Amino acid sequence: MLNQLHVQPQASLALEVKNLDVSLNDGTAIVSDISFTVLAGQILALVGESGSGKTTIATALLAHTRHGARIVHGEVNVAGLNVLRLDQEALRQVRGKQVSYVPQNPSTALNPLITIRSHLADVLRSHEPGLDVAQQQASIVNALKEVELPHEDAFLHRYPHQLSGGQQQRVLLALSFITRPSVIVLDEPTTALDVTTQAKVLLTVKKLCQHYGVAAVYVSHDLAVVKKIADHVIVLYGGRIAEKASATALFSRPLHPYSQGLINAIPDIHLHTIPVPIIGNAPSLQSRGAGCVFEPRCKRAKLECKTSMPALEPLSAREDHAVACINLPAHAPQLKIIRSTGPASSRVLVLGSQQPLLEVKHLSASFDGKQVLKDISFHLKKGECLALVGESGSGKTTISRAIAGLNAQALGSLYFNGQALALAARGRSAAFSHQIQYIFQNPYQSLNPRQTVRQTLLNTVRHYFPSKLKDSHEVVAAALKRVALDPRIADSFPKELSGGELQRVSIARALVCEPSLLICDEITSALDVSVQAAILELIKSLQRNGLAIIFVTHNLGIVRSISDRVLVLKHGRIVESGEVDTLLDQPRQPYTKELINDSPSIVDI
Amino acid sequence: MHAIKQFFYSNNSQINVGLLLTSLILLLAILGPWLAPYAAQEMVDARYSLPQAGIALGTDYLGQDVFSRVLHGGISIVWMSIASALLGLVLGVVLGLVAGFFKGRVDQVIIWTADIFLAFPHLILVLLVVSMLGRDKWLIAITVAIAFVPGVIRLTRGLALSISKHEYIEVAEMMGYPHHQILLREILPNILTPLLIHLGTMLSWSVALLSGLSFLGYGVAPPEADWGLMVNENKGGLQIQPFSILVPILLIALFALGTNLLAEGFGRKFSRINESTEVSEHA
Repeated sequence: MLNQLHVQPQASLALEVKNLDVSLNDGTAIVSDISFTVLAGQILALVGESGSGKTTIATALLAHTRHGARIVHGEVNVAGLNVLRLDQEALRQVRGKQVSYVPQNPSTALNPLITIRSHLADVLRSHEPGLDVAQQQASIVNALKEVELPHEDAFLHRYPHQLSGGQQQRVLLALSFITRPSVIVLDEPTTALDVTTQAKVLLTVKKLCQHYGVAAVYVSHDLAVVKKIADHVIVLYGGRIAEKASATALFSRPLHPYSQGLINAIPDIHLHTIPVPIIGNAPSLQSRGAGCVFEPRCKRAKLECKTSMPALEPLSAREDHAVACINLPAHAPQLKIIRSTGPASSRVLVLGSQQPLLEVKHLSASFDGKQVLKDISFHLKKGECLALVGESGSGKTTISRAIAGLNAQALGSLYFNGQALALAARGRSAAFSHQIQYIFQNPYQSLNPRQTVRQTLLNTVRHYFPSKLKDSHEVVAAALKRVALDPRIADSFPKELSGGELQRVSIARALVCEPSLLICDEITSALDVSVQAAILELIKSLQRNGLAIIFVTHNLGIVRSISDRVLVLKHGRIVESGEVDTLLDQPRQPYTKELINDSPSIVDI
Repeated sequence: MHAIKQFFYSNNSQINVGLLLTSLILLLAILGPWLAPYAAQEMVDARYSLPQAGIALGTDYLGQDVFSRVLHGGISIVWMSIASALLGLVLGVVLGLVAGFFKGRVDQVIIWTADIFLAFPHLILVLLVVSMLGRDKWLIAITVAIAFVPGVIRLTRGLALSISKHEYIEVAEMMGYPHHQILLREILPNILTPLLIHLGTMLSWSVALLSGLSFLGYGVAPPEADWGLMVNENKGGLQIQPFSILVPILLIALFALGTNLLAEGFGRKFSRINESTEVSEHA
């Protein structure tokens, strides 16, 4: 076995996974040949993009598979007990007691109809039936203290919807830790949270694991978060382990071409480099060949990579670093992370004297009688990329929707090219409305599922430029080419496309309107890292061609890599604004400083 | 096109059986009048004669040939049930889409009116209108359709509300597409599935409602042949000549069963198609 982890000798083996295979019922493999161990008190991160099998492995640790899949063989030993061999009743006792699970979305993981106290009491009743009321209460209070939540009665009697996202996630952590499990599985527990909240929750997780000697398996697609929390990392690709290493080793010397690509694809707040996408898409379950799964996207691929599956080989006997690649360079280069001090060379220079393309003056908005935007004024020049940054509830999406004419409650004035612009989209003439286009966060919802890509694009063309319909074929092909999509996908329905492709189609639909301002509302947050980099690259190239961009995001890494200027928002007000490098390197406001400090990064500072 | 193909080349036994039953009854109702050995009102033998050579199903309370009356008596219930279900669907969908998309005052007026109508049981509502305005077949069909409208409004409105939250509707709003285009091209195709399933259910209901009306003497008037009416006319002879009642009942039941199976089969099939089209964002 390759699992000699050199850690404190007293730490005991809490979780051991041996040769785990999970397949669909028709035999198609989802994950194959997964082996790893986790010592008590340590955190192992499973990193991968959509379809890598990370969630499949995570749920298999509780002997659970999604509908239509089954665990073919393997062992999952939790504190010496193989959970895959247990019958239903024994399994029920182990789940939640020996292995517990923290799901991804806290807002749907808690039952809205029962109080926080009942949630915790239910777990205790199932796993510690011997407790009397006083002991139960003590145990609940203690569990809430551990996750740094209030523990007075008023809080215990609240319902999940009365809690913030961060508090809900802490309740889920309390639910998992209250039984003192040996192993805890966390499935992207912080993806739905703001950076600041995320940073605090991560800290709590780490502290609890160390304090109680719980082995944690942390599933994530976010390498920066992983770096912050994990002791060991497994990089998954196409259902197999690509690389397995200690966190330090992985981030200082990633060896697998996929790990390297993944690290280079992350926009990072401390890096001035533009993230580099990994070409291509992750393979579907059915299209995995006999050779290395990563071969079609690998720059280093050789002929034999196509035919033989690389085994996971340790670099040396004493090292806890294993890679599944037959084509490692003889001297693996250290990953160089360049931390330049000047502005990145590709940054677009904006002429100072130009008339602003968009002027926002005294914009305010209320929702349900509560003011969510207070007197926002700013301007944007042609070809400029302005980032709107803030936590959820800061008003960044409200501003962008008001500019797009989608906020019925907005007050204030907008000027476009010096002319007054109506606040409601319906009040704008076609001459204006085609110039401002909006791209939504969720590509899976922004295209009509019953229309092909061609229909979607042509409906837009028909609306604004009916004369162009004469050569509709060329129009569609050109639009798709502009967003680097194969024109052959024109007759596909949205369900046949991947998230990245869908987002490109949304961008293509905006571009056929010939806009001069593109509003991008967290357009990459539903996408994988490698795909995100490609979309950012596309947006950047559009900007170079003169398009002005408003980019709404909470990810400061993206801000650094894409924007020229930044507005930092808090509770509906602009707290700080300025040129991106100045603002991120020398923040003046404490709130901006806090945001920057809490942003996870792959660079040590 | 693809969807239609998938429909009919089906290995779903529910759809197949439903399709078979429905089309058999349709054929019987449409071709029946030409195949009938006697006219609908022709007296062929004594009252309540049992089946014998020449009169396959015996005679009814007046001595008319039950077999011929069965063949003549399907067409009105078939066209009336189909017409009322379709009409009810179209009216309800239009109002429901308008209510769900425009919201606000329009929505309230439509929904309140619909709710008032919903408070009356279908049968009572139809009986009321028919007893006031007469038994014209079109009138009955329209009344049955109107009885369906509030339910369809409720369904369509709910579906339209949830679809109009999707971002492609906002995109259409932002681009200033005309309202009818947003309603018909962006929203309607996306809610068609549950609406079609509901149409199937409505078909079965209207069969039951219309034959019930005839039985109660408020539907098709004698001496015309009608399955529902035949049950009423011959109820006195149930013990002497059961065929005059059982055959029309059986046919009504089969038609209702067929349309119901068809509806449920489509429903299941659709939901399965939808399942496979749902995009999973994460593995």
